[in-house]
Amino acid sequence: MTVPVIPIEHVLALAAALFVMGLVGVLVRRNVIFLLMSLEIMMNACGLAFIAAGAKWGQPDGQIMFMLILALAAAEVAVALGLVLQLERRFDSLDIDTAGELSG
Amino acid sequence: MALALFYIAAAVALASTALVITRRNAAHALIYLVVSLLSIAVIFFLLGAPFAAALEIVIYAGAIVVLFLFVVMMLNLGRRSAERERLWLQPGMWVGPSILVGVLFLMMLYVIVAGAPGTTEGTMVGPKEVGTALFGKYLLAVELAAMLLLAALIGAYHLGRRYLGDRREESSRENRP
Repeated sequence: MTVPVIPIEHVLALAAALFVMGLVGVLVRRNVIFLLMSLEIMMNACGLAFIAAGAKWGQPDGQIMFMLILALAAAEVAVALGLVLQLERRFDSLDIDTAGELSG
Repeated sequence: MALALFYIAAAVALASTALVITRRNAAHALIYLVVSLLSIAVIFFLLGAPFAAALEIVIYAGAIVVLFLFVVMMLNLGRRSAERERLWLQPGMWVGPSILVGVLFLMMLYVIVAGAPGTTEGTMVGPKEVGTALFGKYLLAVELAAMLLLAALIGAYHLGRRYLGDRREESSRENRP
């Protein structure tokens, strides 16, 4: 079955824009929940780039990489949210800068 | 026409992602994150990757975002939570997500009514090819992903268990007259 061709440059530009948005979110926000959401946005943008490449060459490898990214994102979010709960319990705040004790 | 669908979905994705990182309220940001993920799933469909699009909706929007929501709600136990929930669910905040999702819904209606978008070149990679490759040459990666998920499961249980235990003690102490 054939599907319409979308210029891969545009898809990659969209992926780059989404990635930069996630990066800006990580750099600007100090709330841990928003940091994690920005990380999800960045991983999703990577997945979009992989899917675009896989669609360009008509190979399933891009989708497999996307699935591995999905597994990574699920694992990361499970552990990170556990850390968020601990952060809230110890420091009574969701600000990532309150947990800067090791930074000296 | 499919190109127009792609650009509309891309615009929705960019707009909702920009709204995610600028919201002050975590619950509002999560709703916009769901919209962003749905529009990226539309783009996956248009790129000929229907299995990845389904996974995007089921796992990202369905599981990961719900996990976020659980934690956001859990962090607001206590007296303030009722007041906060009232502030979160003001009618005005549904307008933005509804407009963006409405655009995606109109796109879906168009595709259903007009039939499949015009076919030119390009190939669709269906679930069968993906599954064959996944459990063929990528079998080792699947095993590694399974081990990663097991480690994450144990880690999340370990980190969350003490938190829940403390909360339970606190609440039982509070309930005692």
